[in-house]
Amino acid sequence: MTTVPAERLADVFVEVADTLVDDFDLIEFLQMLTSRTAELAGAAAAGLLLADQQGNLQFMAASEEDTKMLELFQVQNHEGPYQDCFRTGRPVANADLGAAADRWPVFAPRAVEAGFGSVYAIPMRLRTETIGALNLFGDGAGGLQPDGMHIVQALADVATIGLLQERAVRRGEVLTEQLQSALNSRIIIEQAKGVIAQIYTVDIDQAFELLRGYSRRHHLRIGNVARALVTDPASIPNLTAV
Amino acid sequence: MTPDDRFGSAASVQGFIAREPVPTDDLSPLVGGLQRLCGAAVRALSASGAVVSMMTESGSLGVAAASDDTSRLMAEREFVVGEGPCIDAFAFRRPCLQPDLGDGEFTRWPGYTAAALEQGVHAVFAFPLQVGGARLGVLDVFRDHPGSLRPEHLALALSFAEVVVTMLLDGQANAPADQSARGLDEALGYRSELYQAQGMVMIQLRVSLAEAMVRLRAHAYAEDRRLGAVAHDVVGGRLCLNASSGR
Repeated sequence: MTTVPAERLADVFVEVADTLVDDFDLIEFLQMLTSRTAELAGAAAAGLLLADQQGNLQFMAASEEDTKMLELFQVQNHEGPYQDCFRTGRPVANADLGAAADRWPVFAPRAVEAGFGSVYAIPMRLRTETIGALNLFGDGAGGLQPDGMHIVQALADVATIGLLQERAVRRGEVLTEQLQSALNSRIIIEQAKGVIAQIYTVDIDQAFELLRGYSRRHHLRIGNVARALVTDPASIPNLTAV
Repeated sequence: MTPDDRFGSAASVQGFIAREPVPTDDLSPLVGGLQRLCGAAVRALSASGAVVSMMTESGSLGVAAASDDTSRLMAEREFVVGEGPCIDAFAFRRPCLQPDLGDGEFTRWPGYTAAALEQGVHAVFAFPLQVGGARLGVLDVFRDHPGSLRPEHLALALSFAEVVVTMLLDGQANAPADQSARGLDEALGYRSELYQAQGMVMIQLRVSLAEAMVRLRAHAYAEDRRLGAVAHDVVGGRLCLNASSGR
């Protein structure tokens, strides 16, 4: 993984500031953030996982959203860098997944099989609490530069701010309210994928592409389109319409 | 809470419910079960009351079960004044936690707040009963003293809400104990696939999103298969629930 030019970094933070307007779509924001994180860190893929307050992990967004990646995130409910990161509240780095089968007997072989050689988990922190983590996967073995780690941590902090939607969380209750809302909006996207897959006779990954493509072409928030689809599929008669 | 504790709260919800007396009134099994759950929630969460309200997309509201008359009254009052934690939790699809209704700076629901304080309710915590886009209602928990829910109470309250959702979907008060434990285990595995299957079944059977989850669960139960395995087959195109299957 590589060093990041300062100008590119500045561009990303401007894009983040532009997105964090009043009524933004959280899932879309987190997707943008994971894509930029992967790009800036020179990683093959990046994803974001949140923990609910019962301790379950939930996938929220990734630079590459397909079934294979989703499984690689979800298997970390049991073991993997995310678990270790969440447990300790500290970043976890593994530069050689091929030699990590002892540490993560289920996760490591799957990650290698998916074509990855290294993995990182960077905590999303709110004061003393860890609410989730950014997960980075690299193609080959080999580490992230030290300044790369700092940048990814900064992006993880930005993700936390986006999630909480206000910089100064006055009440502890706000975390719960926003977190549960975020987790539920993710579920709606999955339900919408199923609706689309069935209507258009496509697989789940193609269904997501249809959902995302339609939202972009029509300048609609992906969360709103998904909600409309699961509430009344007839409200969006043709997702392939330009 | 660490990931190792994750089995804790759902299991203890069942434990709290089991310790509650069975209602003596002549109630349907579902309503009786919900009433028992409300009583259990009060005890488990050091609360003064709890109520399950049913809501629909069009906003109509009815109380399904309550631990006591004050809680039932509070839920009904909210419907009358048209504002309050239950309406907000449903509308915004997220918990609405108000630990101090007597806080002078809090003005979101003037009518509701006045009524609550009059009834001696000082804190209210409302949890939406939902699975993604499928919304069923809200669980309200009341306290007669101000103060936030401690983290372990919060986790437990969220688990109570999940148990209510399961009860409402299954339309029965008591899922077999081993089945709910199994459901939890699966929930940790491939939840995305379960929700994707739910969306597919909604179209296959032309039913609501909530009904689609009921059908998936019914199929798994009838065929004695794991819910996750059924969802996997639906998503993989190997299983298509048709109108004659299930109920």
